Amino acid sequence: MLQLSLTQHQLLNTVKLGVKSLLLHKLRSGLTMLGMIFGVCSVIAMLAIGEGASHEAQERIKRLGSTNIIINSVKPPESQDDNNTSGKSFGIEYGLTYDDASRLQFTIPNVSNVLPMRIIRDNVRFNRNQEPCQVIGTLPSYTAMQKVDLVAGRFLSMVDQKHQRNVCVITSGLAARLFPYQSPLQSTIRVKDVYYQVVGLINETGTMDQRPQKDEMEGEPLDNNVYIPLSTAKTRFGETLIRRNAGSFSAEKVELHQIIVKMETTESVIAAEQQIKGLLKRFHNQNDYELIVPLQLLREAEATKRMFNIVLGSIAAISLLVGGIGIMNIMLATVTERTREIGVRRALGAKKKDIVTQFLIETVVLSIGGGTIGVMLGVLVPLLVSASTDMVTIITPWSVALAFGISGLTGIAFGIYPASQAAELDPIEALRHE
Amino acid sequence: MISNPKTIIDIRNIVKIFQVGEIEVRALRGVDVAIKEGSYVAIMGPSGSGKSTMLNILGCLDRPTSGEYYLGGEDVATMDDDTLSVIRGKRLGFIFQSYNLIAQLTVIENIQVPLLYQGVNLKDYEDKCVELAELVGLKDRLDHRPTQLSGGQQQRVAIARSLINDPLMILADEPTGNLDSKTGKEVLELIDELNSQGKTIVMVTHDDDIAYRADRVIRMKDGRVDKDEYRQRA
Ligand SMILES: Nc1ncnc2c1ncn2[C@@H]1O[C@H](COP(=O)(O)OP(=O)(O)OP(=O)(O)O)[C@@H](O)[C@H]1O
Ligand SMILES: [Mg+2]
Repeated sequence: MLQLSLTQHQLLNTVKLGVKSLLLHKLRSGLTMLGMIFGVCSVIAMLAIGEGASHEAQERIKRLGSTNIIINSVKPPESQDDNNTSGKSFGIEYGLTYDDASRLQFTIPNVSNVLPMRIIRDNVRFNRNQEPCQVIGTLPSYTAMQKVDLVAGRFLSMVDQKHQRNVCVITSGLAARLFPYQSPLQSTIRVKDVYYQVVGLINETGTMDQRPQKDEMEGEPLDNNVYIPLSTAKTRFGETLIRRNAGSFSAEKVELHQIIVKMETTESVIAAEQQIKGLLKRFHNQNDYELIVPLQLLREAEATKRMFNIVLGSIAAISLLVGGIGIMNIMLATVTERTREIGVRRALGAKKKDIVTQFLIETVVLSIGGGTIGVMLGVLVPLLVSASTDMVTIITPWSVALAFGISGLTGIAFGIYPASQAAELDPIEALRHE
Repeated sequence: MISNPKTIIDIRNIVKIFQVGEIEVRALRGVDVAIKEGSYVAIMGPSGSGKSTMLNILGCLDRPTSGEYYLGGEDVATMDDDTLSVIRGKRLGFIFQSYNLIAQLTVIENIQVPLLYQGVNLKDYEDKCVELAELVGLKDRLDHRPTQLSGGQQQRVAIARSLINDPLMILADEPTGNLDSKTGKEVLELIDELNSQGKTIVMVTHDDDIAYRADRVIRMKDGRVDKDEYRQRA
């Protein structure tokens, strides 16, 4: 008990002493800390920005659904060529078919659902308001496969599908533009010459990445969607879409623009990808479809993130090391400069251990002080970045702990060496030092 | 009846050899000295005769190349570095020719330094520090730094510092070497005073007048004791 309180006094005295001698050399201490501050700050800031970026990417991929496999119809490259060179009207036929959808449903194991979709670019009108939109013909099971928030009314039903009813569900963004002054529910909107009754209003978060992003779509709001039953889409729009292009017509026959295959588990996704590719290859003689596998993308994003973290971590470790070497440098210089003082202290009863402790406390105070300021700046910088740009930054606790820990450890490790050097001197040698 | 004073220092056949590159410098070539508690010993001799070397060994700042050293009856050769540190801190007081104060500390803090390594609460010793500062005539200079003091004042701080741990013995290597004769005299009177209070004093000096204050003068020559005279105090 007595022993403990004695060493407490001793420690307290030593801490006071260390702080005091640091304060006596303010500039030197400040410069030493600067290395630590920048090291810690850059580590936290870099990792926060990196984490934010990869988090955003992962979130976007996750919204696509990790059990989904998305198949898009794409215009095969050679027919695109034909289409452009010949000036006259020309019809091509490509893409996914209803047969594809049912084959996928019945031959691929572990499929929980297959969702076919037709996606047609057109304009939607209500009274005098007109908006460009995507008319999406799909099934009621859409809500089970996609992240959809029902804002008002209901989604499409099996009855709508069965009777090819002219009903639609629209996204809330489109509703706000088309119906600035009234509730869209039960109103009728017009696409081409057909009227559809609005039965529901939804908010959608996950679709922007999976819709075929055609060039002409760019710069337009992404939530201008009108959902109608697939059967209605088939009868109202037909299968051949006619497009007017600078004096020439082009006709495209596409049955389905997109099929989303939902698997029962994430484990079955990778195998299913190969099976789907094999299946489609057998029935398509041209390369008119593409597969998007969110899980695959997620894995890639995770791998990229790991790489990113390793690179950032190395840079961070190096900058912390440089800070640590800065501390060691200063400590070595300090020790040489203060050898005589060390001699005096040794002559007056200081043990080697006391000298080591004294110098160690100086480095610990330096690195903890530098680390703390560095953490504060490191937290501040990402916040400023987020506030001034639209970049997402995420400050993870482990990056703070890592930066602080490494700075503390390097500081202490590099402090021990010069301190023990100083203590090893013979008292008389140290005293003779000029 | 006065009891016979104990022998505090007993060195036998002490040899100290410094190896400087190829050359061996024999600073001490076999010294035997015994010093009794409470005595006042002056060590004299020409420059390079080994006075400082001997004092450093007596003060456990340096170890002899060979020979035996019993301090208060204990064999110093068997002690490790920590034990020697404790002995220096608790039993010995040092006064150096060049004062050796710590520049960044004030007068009072310099006096406290030996206490820092004894694990005591500095608060309990505040009065004693002030007392000692008063003893050496620096009561109104407690918060001054060494650079703000004259040489004599600095040496007096060093004396106060050597007394804070109530040592058995004070070792002084030319304590007045850097002082003018007047301040030197004041410092010496302080040391006389300490001896009369019972502290053992071992002091290296070049000055015969100073040596007269001691009750024993050891004259060194070429690393050996040349003469060892006991005298009546002047
Ligand atoms: N660290 C050392 N390395 C090498 N030689 C040394 C060392 N210290 C002392 N000497 C040598 O030992 C001898 C004795 O030195 P010492 O300092 O004991 O002499 P001194 O009697 O105190 O002289 P002075 O009166 O000049 O102080 C000298 O020849 C000196 O050169
Ligand atoms: Mg000397």
